[in-house]
Amino acid sequence: MSSVSDAVSPPALKPGRIDEFDTLAPSPKALMRRRARSHIGLIIGASLLAFVVIVAIFAPLLAPYDPYAQDLTRRLVDPVWGPKGTWENIFGTDALGRDVLSRLMYGARISLLIGFTAAVIAGIIGATLGILGGYFGGRVDSFIVYLINVKLALPVILIALSVSSISGGSIPALIILLGFLTWDRYAVVTRSMTQQMREREFIMSSLAAGASHTRIIMREIFPNLLNQIIVIASLDMALIILIEAALSFLGLGVRPPMPSWGLMVSEGRAVMFFKPYLIMIPGAAIFLLVIAINMAGDGIRDVTSPEGRG
Amino acid sequence: MLKFFLRRFIIAVCVAVTVSIIGFCLLRMSGDLAAVLAGENASPEDISRIAASYGLDRPYYIQYLDWVTSALRGDLGRSLFTNEPVSGLIMDRIGVTAGLAVASLLLALLIAVPLGVLAAVKANTWVDRSALVFSVAGQATPSFWLALLLILVFAVQLRWVPVSGSGTAAHFILPVITLAVSIMPSTMRITRAGMMEVLSSDYVRTARAKGLAPFKVLFKHALRNAILPVVSLAAVQLGLLLGGSVIVESIFALNGVGYLAFQSIVRVDFPVVQSILMFLACSYIILTLLSDLINAKLDPRVQLT
Repeated sequence: MSSVSDAVSPPALKPGRIDEFDTLAPSPKALMRRRARSHIGLIIGASLLAFVVIVAIFAPLLAPYDPYAQDLTRRLVDPVWGPKGTWENIFGTDALGRDVLSRLMYGARISLLIGFTAAVIAGIIGATLGILGGYFGGRVDSFIVYLINVKLALPVILIALSVSSISGGSIPALIILLGFLTWDRYAVVTRSMTQQMREREFIMSSLAAGASHTRIIMREIFPNLLNQIIVIASLDMALIILIEAALSFLGLGVRPPMPSWGLMVSEGRAVMFFKPYLIMIPGAAIFLLVIAINMAGDGIRDVTSPEGRG
Repeated sequence: MLKFFLRRFIIAVCVAVTVSIIGFCLLRMSGDLAAVLAGENASPEDISRIAASYGLDRPYYIQYLDWVTSALRGDLGRSLFTNEPVSGLIMDRIGVTAGLAVASLLLALLIAVPLGVLAAVKANTWVDRSALVFSVAGQATPSFWLALLLILVFAVQLRWVPVSGSGTAAHFILPVITLAVSIMPSTMRITRAGMMEVLSSDYVRTARAKGLAPFKVLFKHALRNAILPVVSLAAVQLGLLLGGSVIVESIFALNGVGYLAFQSIVRVDFPVVQSILMFLACSYIILTLLSDLINAKLDPRVQLT
């Protein structure tokens, strides 16, 4: 995809200035922007994700009530569309009289914080291992493939549940735990991509020019993998959010009275036959957030590497 | 072939040993087991007495070697809660969990493979797009939430099936659907991708050109090759389903290994948790080993190195 601009721009130009001179054909970046603007999935996913992020950041300003404040005189109030619903509590209140909308807004913080940080930790571990294995090959690679196989054999849910149960389920502990349990996809993908890239001319020429391995990895290989890593990070973040919700639902993740969405579903379960909205609303929030992240990730993949559309 | 098998087998054994060490360390080091067992108001003397009585005060490597040597002799220890042998507890429940996993896998394949083929044949039409929407939605649905929604609709509103328990076959309908939905999206995507690749290949064009019926080309020629990645994925998924049974069995109160794992985690019954961890890891390792062998058998292009 870069061949178009390579052909028309004189080699002496700095890469950043190609756009100004490139009047014959749109630059790869311009093409990418064009694809991004016409990709409906990316637009919907990214907007939805941006909405959740904004709500999470400004939760203290946006939330109508304190998410922890109990009001036992206003327990299990129906949401606004229910038979006895009012605009005072748009999504109703839970069994302790806490406002569901406010808890939902603060809960977005927990999901996003855990999902994002754990995905970054997993990305650092996985990409480092994958690049090292793919670049150096030989024994290093065999060892890293072995590590990946060990990781894949670990039963994630069971380990997450038991470690989180013994360690008490604090948010930092959950982040580290989920980061260490989900790095495999990064490692598998970056390893095979590095293997392919290693044989390409630009790496060869760097080597011939006397660049060190560290320099080649940091300056040549890593930047070329970044798009792919971001795509995997989106999938991983969605997965982590689902696991956190499941752990909290089973009572072994984020502990009460924190407004984790999984925990909210679990608290609503006791009264779900009479007040189904108490499990519907937080569950739908998890569903929408995960869909938004996946759509944005798929969109980034389509936009950055149109040839790899699956 | 024998050399290939032997190599894979040795690696699998090494992986199992490493997993056992990691699993053991994770359970021991993520917190003070004796303190958790003793409860919140226990005095330091109580805690050290409990640590001594369960052997938790010994160095980790001795505890590990002790556990491994007795496990290899078939003795997985006793439950701290019921005092029954752990092996018996697991054996009693394997049937439920394995049945659940196999039934879910079959249901998922039965729906996702035809859907994937259809999506590939009708690529970029509304059929393909709806299949994609279905798979994106399936992937984003938390299985515990889906389970509760299914209970609300089919057990409470429509009263077609019981809410929870494991008495009759009807008790398994909702859990099987829940688990099947969790693996359908990936199965469908892999089938579609494999089918797309095969459909654009020369031999399919030849088969079409010589006038074979489209149905025959699709199912006799194309699907046979497109299904290969699905076979290897299916083995991995069976392993995931066994692991995922922890959530689903807990919700539906199905008396399987997953529910046992959940109960044991909650009451810090670590001998049971440790054994189930190894049981799940070993099932996964054996399943992937089998799928490698099946793939090598089915696909002559796989290099036996």
